[in-house]
Amino acid sequence: MAVSVDEAVSTGPARDHTPSARRLGGRGRSVLEVALLTVLAVVMLFPVLWMIETSIKENRDVYAIPAKFFGFKVTLDHFKDVFAASGGGRSALSVSFLNSIVVAGVSTALATVLGVPAAWAYSRFSVKAKKDQLFFILSTRFMPPVVVVIPIFLMYRQVGLIDNKLGLILIYTAFNVPFTIWMMKGFVDEVPAEYEDAAMLDGYTRLQAFWKFTLPLLLPGIAATAVFALIFSWNEFVFAIFLTSSDSVRTAPPAIAGLIGGTTVDWGLVAAASVVFALPVLVFAYLVRKHLVAGVTLGAVRR
Amino acid sequence: MGTVAVHGLCKSFGKVQALDGVTLDVPDGSFFVVLGPSGAGKTTTLRAIAGLEKLDAGSVHLDGRDATGDAPAARDLAMVFQSYALYPRRTAYENIASPLRARRCSSSEIAAAVEQMSSLLHIERLLQRRPAQMSGGEMQRVALARALVRRPRAFLMDEPLTNLDLKLRVEMRTELTRIHRSLGATFVYVTNDQVEAMSMADRVAVLKEGKVQQVGTPTEVYERPANQWVAGFVGSPRISLLACRAEGDRLVGEGWTLPRPRWTTAEDGRPLLLGLRAEDLSVEQRGDASLPGELYGLEPLGDRTVVDVRVGTEILKVKARPTVTGTPGERLHVTVDLDRAHLFDAGTGLALSEAGR
Ligand SMILES: Nc1ncnc2c1ncn2[C@@H]1O[C@H](COP(=O)(O)OP(=O)(O)OP(=O)(O)O)[C@@H](O)[C@H]1O
Ligand SMILES: [Mg+2]
Repeated sequence: MAVSVDEAVSTGPARDHTPSARRLGGRGRSVLEVALLTVLAVVMLFPVLWMIETSIKENRDVYAIPAKFFGFKVTLDHFKDVFAASGGGRSALSVSFLNSIVVAGVSTALATVLGVPAAWAYSRFSVKAKKDQLFFILSTRFMPPVVVVIPIFLMYRQVGLIDNKLGLILIYTAFNVPFTIWMMKGFVDEVPAEYEDAAMLDGYTRLQAFWKFTLPLLLPGIAATAVFALIFSWNEFVFAIFLTSSDSVRTAPPAIAGLIGGTTVDWGLVAAASVVFALPVLVFAYLVRKHLVAGVTLGAVRR
Repeated sequence: MGTVAVHGLCKSFGKVQALDGVTLDVPDGSFFVVLGPSGAGKTTTLRAIAGLEKLDAGSVHLDGRDATGDAPAARDLAMVFQSYALYPRRTAYENIASPLRARRCSSSEIAAAVEQMSSLLHIERLLQRRPAQMSGGEMQRVALARALVRRPRAFLMDEPLTNLDLKLRVEMRTELTRIHRSLGATFVYVTNDQVEAMSMADRVAVLKEGKVQQVGTPTEVYERPANQWVAGFVGSPRISLLACRAEGDRLVGEGWTLPRPRWTTAEDGRPLLLGLRAEDLSVEQRGDASLPGELYGLEPLGDRTVVDVRVGTEILKVKARPTVTGTPGERLHVTVDLDRAHLFDAGTGLALSEAGR
């Protein structure tokens, strides 16, 4: 997929940022910068490193004082605990991972199915007050989710969507559709409308022209957009913790957070669960790394 | 059958009025050329006929039936796009086959038709290539093949030869004319090249700023331009225009007079423009209708030489034999074939009635 994703938008050769050291001149500068960056990197990466270490330490080493950076015994017991309950069978965590997969997957699929044709329509047709509509769609993303969580909670209670996977799927879809429309409109704009014109003269209907001629060209863009939507749904915490309570419905973020609290905290388990939780995001983020930039500069892409 | 008739087409893009009441009647089986400069609205006209453009006003009739609201696929037309619009992920073969596939022809039919078209347009060796692997001229020929592979009601062609080199263009011109004759199909052909229009058309419509200036046979448009602008646009070298007015039986300009052509109806004193084509002028002293001037420059073109002669403040282009010589500044007389001169109203630009001709 990585290859096809790359084709989506030609962002031109990746512009290497001129090291600011060269711009500012002076060797001392560059040493200072390297030092600062190193400190920053350590600060940013230490928690990740510590999480990974903790996930493979035995409990003895986890709680050892002073803490052990090296020379501990490696174990995969915590990962086993993430997936299997102590009495045998599935653990509650593994159920929450499954829930996360279902909720993120379905809401992303829905957002793609709804958002891609909408983006195509916004790109190809003259719609009344198109700019205002697009701005309105974008504006739904301005709002922090926390702002709407109470009203949504009340509404969901009325219609019985509290503690229901469908409820989460719907709310995530609602958040991902505007995003999908915006991302995809940029990609559709890049595909000349004349391919569809030519297809219609060949004898296809407008929808067939879209389906057979434009959609295949959009696939890389769709893949990139879907990955973003997937990451959003996968990471989402606020709605998940407010709108779900039972183990059978919870998604992974609130479930992992729920491990902390109580009298003792099994840090090894928390760390292992976090590693498992972070992996898919890392993999997908790697796949669409180019579009993390492209998404920002989309408007500037040469036609 | 294949008549195309559009009536009162209007289309604006924001502030730009691309079409402003375009009315055209394309008879069945004709090679109808829409000629106009860049931005005249030629592409927009074709797209309107094809049903790709939502019109502000006007109607499109195909074979006498109102097709204004019909989907493009229902109109049974084929089009060569100015930008080719070849499908990028498909090979030339698949591109050419597309109209037949859409209409569910059998694969043996398709193979035969594509093969025939590709040998006609000399693109056999391109069939397995994708558009990105072809030159502009090659893509243009594939686009032509995609249109010609079917037998639609009419062919719409948007400057299909512009990207070919001169030799190939002349060859394809002949080829297209031949195809047109052998198919007996209706062609609506857009170009900004007046030579193409003159050499290929049965009828020409001259378009400027979304308005039809004149419709007629190439000869009519050349010999009787409806206005000063058409006279200037059609013909190479460009027609020379001299300001003048009628006085009794003479035409009087700045520093010259000529006998007044018998057919002019203009009243005395009205400001006029005298249009003279290069081939109706001569630098050899022959009759009494001549203009005094001085040699301004020579443009040898091989088979002929265009002599620039300054008369008053205007430059006249005169066609002469390739052997002509002279030095700039030299005084000479330009003989005028007044029977072939054109007179336009200097205010409106419209041609004066030539009923007496
Ligand atoms: N989609 C569009 N949006 C805005 N303006 C347009 C659009 N299409 C055409 N125009 C404008 O309408 C006018 C006519 O355009 P059109 O493409 O029909 O010209 P043309 O005669 O085909 O020119 P050319 O010979 O350069 O192809 C031009 O001024 C053009 O800028
Ligand atoms: Mg054009």
